[in-house]
Amino acid sequence: MEPLSSYFLLSLVLLAIGIYGLIAKRNAIRLLFAVEIIINSATINFVAFSRYLQQPVITGQTFSLFAIALAATEAAVGLAIIVQAFRLNKDIDVLELKRLKG
Amino acid sequence: MRRVVHIMPDMVFIAVAVITIGAAILALESRELVYGAVALAVSFLGVAGIFILLDAVFLAMMQVLVYVGSIAVLIIFVVMLVRREKWVSIPAGKERIMGVIASVSLLAFVGFVVLGSGLTETFTSTATPPSFFEIGRQLVTEYGLTLQILGLVLALAVIGALTMAKVEGIRSK
Repeated sequence: MEPLSSYFLLSLVLLAIGIYGLIAKRNAIRLLFAVEIIINSATINFVAFSRYLQQPVITGQTFSLFAIALAATEAAVGLAIIVQAFRLNKDIDVLELKRLKG
Repeated sequence: MRRVVHIMPDMVFIAVAVITIGAAILALESRELVYGAVALAVSFLGVAGIFILLDAVFLAMMQVLVYVGSIAVLIIFVVMLVRREKWVSIPAGKERIMGVIASVSLLAFVGFVVLGSGLTETFTSTATPPSFFEIGRQLVTEYGLTLQILGLVLALAVIGALTMAKVEGIRSK
């Protein structure tokens, strides 16, 4: 079985990819992609660390289940916001969405 | 519970990790947004494979059901609703360089800390994984209240999303 650090490095690479997407992308849907990738890397960490304890526990999987459910709500609300922003502005470039800037 | 994958776990892990990371990069960098959405679904499947390697079979099933089954399909629908030709070539010069610098520096920093921390040698678990029946027991005992609040949040989010996406006066066209 692989050492814990390989799973940790995999989740670290996914986190770095997600942060790159959050910084570099301007399309709102791509930002949603990046957030989903980051949530996935976090759930990998939960499961890996709870599996590699001296006495493995299941709590990490339970927490990951909660995280998956929250990610589903986040995707639903985020996509509704994107559809509404597209309807109002005909564009979902996040640098163009500054109506609330004041 | 016995281990799920017996044969050559190293090669399986490397293959699944490469698929996951490559699909995640493709999801952000693909030219067409629709291909990006499909690549994101592939990346979610790769994460489900990682869960199976970690003996979390139930979680892998939920990952496929929720992420690949609902979130990826929802994203593909929205991409098809709001697709425009202009996005095919958005120039991203300075932001892309900043993003690469930020993510690579994070990767190098945390990666060196982890590799230097001795996590590599000490932590190889040979203990038997706990049965996933334990998840159900925890969900109704220790985290019962959390589960109910989560259901409430889910219902409120769906209602909010429906309210937000409702079209005003679609009948009076």
